[in-house]
Amino acid sequence: MAVKKQINTAETEARIDTLDLPQDGWSAASRADALTRLRAMGMPGRRDEYWKFTRPDALVQVSAPVAEVFDNDDAPLMDGQPCLRAVFVDGVFDADASDDLALEGIEISRLADTSADIHWAQSLHGTLETAGQTPVARPLAALVTAFATDGLLIRVTGNPSKPVNVIYNRTSDDADVMLHHVVKLEQGASLTLLESGPAAARLGTVMEVDVADNAAFHHVRTQGRDHQRLAATHVFGRLGTESTFKSFTLTANGKLTRNECVLELTGDDAVAHVAGACVGDGDFHHDDTVFVTHDAVNCESRQVFKKVLRNGATGVFQGKILVKAGAQKTDGYQISQSLLLDGDSQFLAKPELEIYADDVACSHGSTSGAIDEEALFYLRSRGVPEEAATNLLTLAFLAEAVQEIENEDLRADIETRMSGWLERHRS
Amino acid sequence: MKKETYMLKINNLHVQLEEEDKQILKGVNLEVEPGKVHAIMGPNGSGKSTLSYVLAGRPGYEVTEGTAHLGDVDLLDIEPEERAAAGLFLAFQYPVEIPGVGNMTFLRTAVNAQRKARGEVEMSAAEFLKVIREKAKTLKIDADMLKRPVNVGFSGGEKKRNEILQMAMLEPKMCILDETDSGLDVDAMKLVSEGVNALRDEGRGFLVITHYQRLLDHIKPDVVHIMADGRIIKTGGPELALEVENNGYADILSEVV
Ligand SMILES: Nc1ncnc2c1ncn2[C@@H]1O[C@H](COP(=O)(O)OP(=O)(O)OP(=O)(O)O)[C@@H](O)[C@H]1O
Ligand SMILES: [Mg+2]
Repeated sequence: MAVKKQINTAETEARIDTLDLPQDGWSAASRADALTRLRAMGMPGRRDEYWKFTRPDALVQVSAPVAEVFDNDDAPLMDGQPCLRAVFVDGVFDADASDDLALEGIEISRLADTSADIHWAQSLHGTLETAGQTPVARPLAALVTAFATDGLLIRVTGNPSKPVNVIYNRTSDDADVMLHHVVKLEQGASLTLLESGPAAARLGTVMEVDVADNAAFHHVRTQGRDHQRLAATHVFGRLGTESTFKSFTLTANGKLTRNECVLELTGDDAVAHVAGACVGDGDFHHDDTVFVTHDAVNCESRQVFKKVLRNGATGVFQGKILVKAGAQKTDGYQISQSLLLDGDSQFLAKPELEIYADDVACSHGSTSGAIDEEALFYLRSRGVPEEAATNLLTLAFLAEAVQEIENEDLRADIETRMSGWLERHRS
Repeated sequence: MKKETYMLKINNLHVQLEEEDKQILKGVNLEVEPGKVHAIMGPNGSGKSTLSYVLAGRPGYEVTEGTAHLGDVDLLDIEPEERAAAGLFLAFQYPVEIPGVGNMTFLRTAVNAQRKARGEVEMSAAEFLKVIREKAKTLKIDADMLKRPVNVGFSGGEKKRNEILQMAMLEPKMCILDETDSGLDVDAMKLVSEGVNALRDEGRGFLVITHYQRLLDHIKPDVVHIMADGRIIKTGGPELALEVENNGYADILSEVV
């Protein structure tokens, strides 16, 4: 029997009340629709099945809890290497700190720039988010679509010579930021998009990525090492024929992170990989919520999530592969694993498969375990001190997720960040 | 007296399992001088591997009585990695597979960790590469195996050769080989023996655990011990291994009782 969902009208209206809905510009209609969607869904509440393992309270409440500026974060990804840098400070695009956004094969503009009446992004803004609301509601995404104050609109027509490197800086203790990026890769285009930095005390993001036929999108992101910050991010991807979508996220610290990724493979022979590695200590809470829909023939999807948890940290994984009728020859893989460095930490996983086609190969697995004592002793017997041996085994555990990054330099960069974290968080 | 520095001296060693009240070693006495090769033979379950594990510091065992020293280092008092840095090496009967850790990374970490612990200069990546390539070649370990994760997907014989490669790289003072010959084909046995013999010198002792005389044809022991039910029950020269090969343990066991 379907239970009618109780809509948190009061909380929803209280939050909406404090925000301004932009009335002008090309996105106004889409934003108004998003607000209607949000009102119909209501903000997430503790009783929502989809929020069973993560308390949404701090993400829902009217004002962001103060999180002191953390100025000890790692350098941005690919620091000093050729990139097109787009810098945001407290959620506002900073043109002076950024590179000139002109680059062959790519057009970049700002969501906050409402001067255009008609924008190419108009037909995409909010559409993938809307599609991603079924079958599971994602009200925090609709909130961002309605109220985001800035973001990048990126249209890729060719193969730009360098990655777009989005850097989120923060100067305010209570920056409550909503960003909406809209990315459109035309046929055969390719883009590497990087994101890093502490961003905000509370960050809500939506990134809609439309990957046309034969296009390739690579996304690597590190979330702020600032432990007090809160983040609820959403990536919505739609994949055309023979297209590629690869996304990797590293999260080190953060007392509340919810990363949702919703992908729909709509063209035959598409490939989608989404991976995440996280390392957390103490009241760290990290939630990966992934939904991959196969709606075409001979597509491949991989979900690889690894979590290292210590001192009572919590990891959550909710991952689904939905194979629609007719999506034959689907190759779906999903793995979520946690390495619990002590008895206090916990991993809560809900892996799901829902398959309506008969000729598919889908596998999923979820495990939770401690450091392998036999391996630890073997390393120590060769002279590797216990802590170094534990770190080596921990990095080995994370390796399968990091392997999902294609670029070798980025892989090495991520590994360095992970080792650094392990060095700083000794037992 | 430099020669005496790395003598392995085990005195009245009693060991039981931590988990259950089961006595496995019941008073082992053994001395291995530097430059010598001692062999230990004995029936299955007599405690040979347990002895080697306890010396290396594997968790799960409790020493209830006795001592074990390498030179003047009290082995039982220090961590496994410190024992390794002090010069002890155990070639495992069952080498452990470690997915995600490259063989090369592992060995370089180990070599440099030991050097660091001893206050020696660490080996550069280039130097390490040169040395390991050379040693791997003599053990017929190909470059691909060096790159693969530690022991993952290695055949039984490859794992054993990898143990000897590690020993060659770490240059320990006291080498314990636990059934390194089991699972080896005739050619691999020769390779491994040559690897061991190449390391024989007057400063280095060996304790070779085996069930078969055949290995001892290649690695000639100075002394052979028979272990049964947690004790060394008989010690002799190489001829003792031949006696076991020909007659089994029945006679020796009955002599003792
Ligand atoms: N962790 C353990 N738990 C239970 N029993 C153990 C454990 N470790 C060793 N034993 C027991 O201790 C005894 C000695 O085992 P050990 O492996 O040392 O024998 P071994 O002489 O090396 O035998 P083999 O020749 O078969 O290798 C055996 O009876 C074995 O079952
Ligand atoms: Mg044994």
